[in-house]
This record gives sequence, C-alpha cells and structure tokens, in this order.
Amino acid sequence: MRKNKKGKFLVNTVLIIICFIWFIPTLGLFVSSFRHVNDINTSGWWTIFPHKAWVTQETIQLSKDTDLNNSIDIEGQLVSDQQLREGYVLEENKRLKWENRLAKTVAIQEKEWVSNFSFTLENYKFVLTGGNVEITNPDGTKRIIQGDDLSRAFLNTLAVAIPSTLIPLTIATFSAYGFSWMKFPFRNVIFVSVIGLLVIPAQVALVPIYKDFMNIGIAGSYLSVWLAHTAFGLPLTTYFMHNYISQIPKDIFESAFMDGATHFTIFSKLILPLSVPAIASIGIFQFIWVWNDYLISLIFLGGIPEAQVLSMKLAQMIGTRADKWHLLTAGAFVSLLLPLTIFFMMQRYFVRGLLGGSVKG
Amino acid sequence: MNIELKKEILNENKDSRKLFPLLVTIIVSFINIFIHGSIFLLLRDGQLHPITLTIIAVLWGSIGFYFIYMSLNWMISFYPKKWGMKLQPFIFVGPAIFLLAWLLLIPTFRTIWMSFYDASGSTFVGLSNYVEIFTNKSMLLAVQNTFIWVVLGTFSCVSLGLIIAVLADRSSFEKIAKSIIFMPIAISFVGAGVIWKFIYAYRPDENQIGLLNAIVQFFGGEPKAWITLVQPWNNLFLIIILIWMMTGFAMVIFSAAIKGVPQDILEAARIDGANEITIFFKIIIPYIKSTIVAVTTTIVIFTMKIFDIVMVMTGGQYGTEVIATEFYTQYFLHRNTGIGSSLAILLLVAVLPVIFMNMNKAKKEEGF
Repeated sequence: MRKNKKGKFLVNTVLIIICFIWFIPTLGLFVSSFRHVNDINTSGWWTIFPHKAWVTQETIQLSKDTDLNNSIDIEGQLVSDQQLREGYVLEENKRLKWENRLAKTVAIQEKEWVSNFSFTLENYKFVLTGGNVEITNPDGTKRIIQGDDLSRAFLNTLAVAIPSTLIPLTIATFSAYGFSWMKFPFRNVIFVSVIGLLVIPAQVALVPIYKDFMNIGIAGSYLSVWLAHTAFGLPLTTYFMHNYISQIPKDIFESAFMDGATHFTIFSKLILPLSVPAIASIGIFQFIWVWNDYLISLIFLGGIPEAQVLSMKLAQMIGTRADKWHLLTAGAFVSLLLPLTIFFMMQRYFVRGLLGGSVKG
Repeated sequence: MNIELKKEILNENKDSRKLFPLLVTIIVSFINIFIHGSIFLLLRDGQLHPITLTIIAVLWGSIGFYFIYMSLNWMISFYPKKWGMKLQPFIFVGPAIFLLAWLLLIPTFRTIWMSFYDASGSTFVGLSNYVEIFTNKSMLLAVQNTFIWVVLGTFSCVSLGLIIAVLADRSSFEKIAKSIIFMPIAISFVGAGVIWKFIYAYRPDENQIGLLNAIVQFFGGEPKAWITLVQPWNNLFLIIILIWMMTGFAMVIFSAAIKGVPQDILEAARIDGANEITIFFKIIIPYIKSTIVAVTTTIVIFTMKIFDIVMVMTGGQYGTEVIATEFYTQYFLHRNTGIGSSLAILLLVAVLPVIFMNMNKAKKEEGF
C-alpha cells in the first residue's frame, strides 16, 4: 500500500511538470498580450512575478568634463567606463551603473524584490482598430508604430469558416444517406473511391483547382475557398457521417415508408435530427481545421488584401513586423479566442470527432 | 398535398404529362442559376459593408446548398415515378461525386501529367523534374529535412503521447492534465508560430524577452538566435513546435485505447508481481498496438505535408525548407509548374505506402 502511494505521488509530480511545460508557452503569450508595449520590449513576461532586480536608489550627476578614458571617482570609488557599462558591484546588493552615459549620470542601484505587475488593454485596441502607438526608445527618442486592423480579418475568417464547415457537412450528410440507404449501380465501388480520396494531399490538387477557378471566373471569391475546403473535407466527413447514418435501425425507415414518406422527407424530418451529435462532432473538427488553415486561404485569397483571413494576416505580421510583439501577441490571441472557446466548451464532441476522423491529414 | 393534386390533374392530360416535367426542370434550373448567380455577383461586385457581406456570405453558404438539394427533390417529384426512383439517389450522392471528381480526382491526374513537363508546362521533359529534385542541393535538403521531421516528430509525439496517457490514467487530476496537453491542437500553426517565436526570441543586449534565452542566460550560457543562426539544429527547434501541438492528439486517442485494456488482466499481472514498467511494455503496448499504428500513420502523413510552421517561422530559409514549402516556393514564387507538380506528386507517392500498410493491417485485425 505504501509503495502505491509513493508511486502515485511520483506520477502526479511528473505529470505536473509536463503540464507546466506544456502550458507555459500559451501563458507567456496570454500574459504578454496584456502588457504595455514598452514592458514587452524591455523585459520578459515572467518579470510580472516577484523577483529580485536592480532598482535605482539615487542618481549622481558627474561633472560634464569627466574624462571617460581614465578611472572615474564616484564617492571615493575608482571605476572605469567599462565597469559602469556592465554595472560595478560595490558591496552585496549595491552597484553603480550608467543611468545615461551621454548626460554623465550614474545610478546607485540596490537589489530589491520587484514585479512588473502592470497590465493594459491597449494592445487589443491597437490590433482591432488599427490605431497608432507611440513608443519611447531606451535613449529617450520616440517613434510611432502603426497598429493593425484585425477586425476585418476576423469577419473574413467567419465568412470563410462557417460555410466551409456547413457546405461539406450538408453534402456529406446527403451522400452518406445515399450511400447507406439507397440503391444505385456501382454503389460500393463509388463509396470506396470517395473514401480513397482521403489519401490525396491538398498540394496535389491545389494548382489545377486554382486554374479552373480562374477560368470560370470565381478565383479570389469566398465561393472558391468554400469549394476547395469542401472538396478537401468531403472524403472524411462522408466517411464519418456514413459510419453513423448506416448504423441507424432499419425499422425507422420501413415505418416511415409505410406512411408514404419520400426519401427527402425521411432525411429532413428523421435522419437530420437523429444525426445532430455526429454532425456536431465532425462539424467542430472541420470548423477548427478551416479556421486554422493557412495554405488554402493563402493560395485562393492571397492576392486580395480586403479578403485576408486571420491566419494570413498574422503570418504577414510575423514576417513584416517581427519586433512588434505587442501587436503580434494580441493578434495571435484574437485568432485563438474562438477555437479555444469552442474547444473548452465542446471538448467531448471534439474528441469524438477526432477519434472518428483521425485519418485526416 | 398540393403536389399530389397537381399530379392527378396532370394524369388526365396525357400530352402535358410529358411536357410538364421538362417545364419544371427548366424552371428549377433557371431559379437556381438566377438566385445563386446574383448572390455571387452581389458578393463579388457589390460595395457592401464588411459585416453585411459576412452575414450574406454565411447565410448563402449555409442555406444555399440545402436549397439546391430541396429544389432538385421537388423537381423530380414531378417526374414519372420510374424515372424519379432512378434519379433520386443521384440527387443525394451526385453533388459529392461531382465535387470530388472535379476538385480532387481529375486534378490529381492533371498534376501527374504536369510533372512530366517543363517549367512553363509546354515541353515534355520525361522524368527530368524528378531527377532535378534528387540532384538539386536545396531540394535535396528539403527532402532530407522532411525525412527528419517525419522520423523525429512522429517518434516524439507517439512516445510522449503514450507516456502522458498512461501517467494521466494513474494520476489524481486526469481531466485537467489532458485538457492542458490537448489544448494546443485547437491553436493554429500560425498562432503557435507566434507563441514559439516569442519563446525563441533573441536580443543582443542584456534583457532577454524570449524564455529560452533567458533560461540559457540564467545558467550562464550565451544567448543565441535559435531559429536562424543555429544551423542545422534550428530544424529541431521547429520540430519541437510540432511535438507541442500533436502530442495531445496522440495522447487523447491512446488514452481512450488504454481505458479499453481489461482491468482483470492488469490486476492478474500485478498479483503475479509484475511492476508498472513491465505492465506498460508487456501488456498495455501489445494490447493497443493497432491504435499505435493508426496514430503513427496519421502523424506521419500529417508531418510529411508540414507547411505552416516552417513557412511562418523561417519562410523555408536558413536551411529549414521542407517539401511542402519548397512546393510553394517553386510553384507560386518561381512559377515553375513542372518542379512544383513533381514535388506534390512526391508527397502523394510518399503518403501512399503508409496508408496501404495501415489498411492491410486494419483488414487483418478487424476483418474490415
């Protein structure tokens, strides 16, 4: 029994460490997105927690003609320019450092418990409205960084993701019903071929699709992205829905037919309501997939600035504004908000979709 | 009721009985083309407010396709019964077959075809594109990197996922732990790119804002620009992102499988004096072998096509290119359709054996 307890303690400890490592990256992003732009750029996000750091106690103004090439006399201590740059430790918990080398001010610093515990919602304002932000550089100069308007991209992503989820689901549910409960020539061959298309990587089909869309004049429209996502999502959704719909008891159909119902009424009035759990599972899976997609939107909507989706906009920000961490962190969080909410609210359905749809790549 | 009534009236007039279905077909087709065409044009050309545009697009995309099915079904209810019976299945499965043939099946053959042509797609060059892939230095590096991604990434995800699943199963806070490990799967690769770029961030001065460099500095090491300058190890730092994202996926599926291992077998082993490590290797792993194979397959296929992480983190520079980024570069930046197509086909060819192996396995085990 004692051994068992010890084992459990060990398991819990190891798991806590792993979870901690897994959680830290997201936590860092989350915390940083609420920090002021100057804080993000000068200190790590972990400094919000209490830690020991050098804090300036008083500043000494040296005479303007101090020769930096010789040793400098500060309150009886002889220190060199180099030592003042790196910080010269006088005694325990006390050091001298340039406050401003050009103005010849030296700071006397002591180690103290501090925390940079200040937060702001400004980053989100900048990233959602495109407002400008003024930054004070370490040397005192100021510069202005333009914000990014992600609200449009957010709407675009909705306009891409919702239909790209519902269209393949509609088509897949109809075809799953057809493959399960209707008789037509070559039914099994066609069904196996549909599922077999799962193996085709998106890259293989992308360019011919793109050419066709150009030729029929729908390139660059939402419709083109919907159709592409539909095609890439259909084999899996059909497979998943077929697994479910083909398991529905046969008597339900027989009694409905006796009452004179057609296939279409049976489908709309009986099968659709019965399939809601399955539709929810694979729907959440497809929605998060589409919401997070980068490659397909990049190719079909890449050339149109006003149609950009969040993932593209964010990737573009990483490329062009790599040091604008206040925009990047807030922007990333805006793009994560919806999938994470869905994930935590409907984790059970999501896992079910994943277990059924684990073949997708 | 209305339809039945109409049909009865029609039955009285034999001539119009043949004409009426045709008329309905024309009307239904016309209405569909008119409605969907005009919404499309409105979305494309109309100067709408973004919110209005989004709402219309969402409504159209969501209801529009159901409306097509509904109208087609309504249409064939006017057809002679024999015809209607034969046509109905194709209304249900037709759109799926049409879309898949048009957007997946035929494009695959077209891409295979294009891979035998030169950069502009006009001259037949045989296999020379494939020869080029395996002789050109940068493309060879892409193939090699993809291989490292697949081997290292898959191995780490599967083994870590398995370990965490077993640990979580025995811990006192299984649900929370699983949620935390699983959460990154809901995050986009681009979002994960930002998260990890921040961790790998490098500052030449004293104040590191990236966690990795801060840790390195704390232990007295020299901060580095991990993802650009530390070649070829930068690939490893990118693979860590994949591991962070996909381990949760492996874990959730393994966790479900482990719950299926019968408790009495485990109890019997424990009574016989087997320790937990023996149980893990001798009972749990053999018991969930088919799940391990399935998860490995999925992650292998997924990793072969890895694109977003590399594209976002390095753009395929600094010696980190993989097949999918090279495909993008060749096709869309260099406009080389021949090489681009060949790289895509290379992905397809690489994926096929993995899937066939998996299918054979599933057939043997489950009589699938």
